Amino acid sequence: MSAYNFAYLDEATKRMLRRAILKAVAIPGYQVPFSSREMPMPYGWGTGGVQVTAACLVPEDTLKVIDQGADDTTNAVSIRKFFERVADVAVTGQTAEASIIQTRHRIPETPLTEGQILVFQVPIPEPLRFLEPRETETRVMHALEDYGLMQVRLYEDIARHGEIARAYAYPVRVEGRYIMDPSPIPKFDNPKLDNSHALQLFGAGREGRIYALPPYTRVESLDFEDYPFTATKAAGQACALCGSTSSYLDEVITDDAGGRMFVCSDTDYCASRVAAQSQEDAA
Amino acid sequence: MIEIADVGKRFVLHNQGGAILDVMHAACLNVRAGECVALVGASGAGKSTLMRMIWGNYRCDQGSIRVAGVELCGAQARDVLALRRSRLGYVSQFLRVIPRVPALNVVAEPLVVQGVDEDHARAQAAALLTRLNIPQRLWALSPTTFSGGEQQRVNIARGFIHPWPVMLLDEPTASLDAVNRAVVLDLIREAKTHGAAILGIFHDAAARDAVCDREVDMAQFTPAAAGAA
Amino acid sequence: MTPLLQVEGLSKHYGNFLGCGDVSFTLWPGEVMGIVGESGSGKSTLLNCLAGHLTPDAGRVLFDTREQGLRDTLAMAESERRWLARTDWAFVHQNPRDGLRMNVSAGGNVGERLMAVGARHYGNIRSQATDWLDRVEIDTGRIDDRPRAFSGGMQQRLQIARNLVTGPRLVFMDEPTGGLDVSVQARLLDLMRGLVRRLGLSAVIVTHDLAVVRLLADRLMVMKDGRVVEDGLTDQVLDDPQHAYTQLLVSSVLQV
Repeated sequence: MSAYNFAYLDEATKRMLRRAILKAVAIPGYQVPFSSREMPMPYGWGTGGVQVTAACLVPEDTLKVIDQGADDTTNAVSIRKFFERVADVAVTGQTAEASIIQTRHRIPETPLTEGQILVFQVPIPEPLRFLEPRETETRVMHALEDYGLMQVRLYEDIARHGEIARAYAYPVRVEGRYIMDPSPIPKFDNPKLDNSHALQLFGAGREGRIYALPPYTRVESLDFEDYPFTATKAAGQACALCGSTSSYLDEVITDDAGGRMFVCSDTDYCASRVAAQSQEDAA
Repeated sequence: MIEIADVGKRFVLHNQGGAILDVMHAACLNVRAGECVALVGASGAGKSTLMRMIWGNYRCDQGSIRVAGVELCGAQARDVLALRRSRLGYVSQFLRVIPRVPALNVVAEPLVVQGVDEDHARAQAAALLTRLNIPQRLWALSPTTFSGGEQQRVNIARGFIHPWPVMLLDEPTASLDAVNRAVVLDLIREAKTHGAAILGIFHDAAARDAVCDREVDMAQFTPAAAGAA
Repeated sequence: MTPLLQVEGLSKHYGNFLGCGDVSFTLWPGEVMGIVGESGSGKSTLLNCLAGHLTPDAGRVLFDTREQGLRDTLAMAESERRWLARTDWAFVHQNPRDGLRMNVSAGGNVGERLMAVGARHYGNIRSQATDWLDRVEIDTGRIDDRPRAFSGGMQQRLQIARNLVTGPRLVFMDEPTGGLDVSVQARLLDLMRGLVRRLGLSAVIVTHDLAVVRLLADRLMVMKDGRVVEDGLTDQVLDDPQHAYTQLLVSSVLQV
């Protein structure tokens, strides 16, 4: 352990990151540039989230790491092990117990509480990127709230598909000002961004951008008055394990004969419901 | 309505060794409301030049040209445009239009520009075209495809659709048959009755005698041959 | 009456080369002004300086804003200038590719300015787009087609619809009929004339085609080597040119 500073990064780097985070919190939805470091994992594996987590961690923290809602997938396991080793913090699978949750592609089903920090791993922080390739121009567009183009993209969806076809990374407007990419979470999770009790931080390692939603920030999903945003998921299905009809479900292929099942993407939520049900059965 | 005093005109041809053409000297002329005056004189005497100076597409360098109270010498473009919009009408010898536009719309345009309802303007245009014996089947076609006489009548209809207080007529009866010539002369008489001040060029002496109250010979304003060299 | 646009002493250099020098003029509401001159005469530079695409070295461009009357657009914040550019101004490029989004449907192209100024009702945006396609004589059944499937003339008309949908008061046009077949040009000219008159638009049109300005422009400005050599009523400048260069220009046109 003595070979590493607490949480891997040196204190000067953490200070740089914390300044970026503070600025991001002060300007909700604005992408703050930071000097991204090489981390002992490849870009695309959550280096942005890891740096933000490292800058936030204190020895008293309890860390939870999820990947697509699950605590037990490769990415989640390796990041959790990394921080166990370089920060020696307590880890947990339970959402309610965690003080910091690093996530890829999901927001936990269990409502977050004040004092918790949710850290998102972000692959492409710029919501306008595929509409306008020039970074210089997207910055100006954000600065001047020149957001017609974003709406054009939604218009095109409706014209072509009859609805807004975007199912994940669905763009949001933060406090009526900045348009923000919420990272590739399913649009089912978008309502959880709004007025959250927890602090939400977003880190993009490859692109060197941090942005934030402080607690109780107004977050609206973009839409049209006559085509309002809807937080959809697999319709008419219940979790095969816990029976939940309200959580976000993954479709799992079970054999080569076309067998499949729907299960909660949030493993902690699902497991806790199964446990509660078996207690009831036992009683 | 037209007051011309001491008007002179010279052309400087910069690309032909700076040659100077003096074409008019100390021209004076008045046309009152309800009066029709003919400009006469040999070809090259400056009849068309004076007409164009009054219309404003030739610049007036010396003297004064007042039309309906507006001084054209040194006038701002917008003042001339405002004058042409409602007070000064011009029937030129040549029709200049956008190729695709139907004859009916070409004739109605001066009214539409003044804010007249388009349907109403087209109805009036239709009435005039009928009177000038343009068959209805041609109304929806562009006049660029018409014969010379038909184009001339479209041009006349366009020129008479609005009761301009001041009118300039450049050979209005040229290339017209006897029937249509009579219609045009009637139109001119009606304009006079409405109080229009009309200045025209008529090579057709009979037409001139029929509608004009007096003649002004442009030869008197031609600079002396010796002076022009 | 307040002028719509008042330009004072506008100059732009590219290094030592003069783009345009000491240009001043006043454009009144409803007026269409043409700017002619040969390639390199500075007419496009001037147009881009007026429209805020280029920053001039000197001069003022006063525009009659709806709220505050005449204001120098060069002294405005970029955000204000962009707001003007998508509300009260329009810019029609010579090449429709520069003025259209080729990957966005015709309806999306027309709707963009509406959405940029806050329209959020899909049905309304679509019906306005349909209305405008109709006005520029594009089959409304093609509202979901992309412009790359359109002919050059249709693309140019789509560009005009896209620009006029927010009801601008001042339109800048850079060679709007350049690159089009003659028969297509005539249709476009007729369309533009009708729109200008019906909507009471003012326009500044840069072109090297004297026939175009004779049909569209009330007034004309002739440029050479970055300077305005002559200006006035369009037919006066064309029929009775005073400056040597204008005389050369007018006499060089082939008669058909």
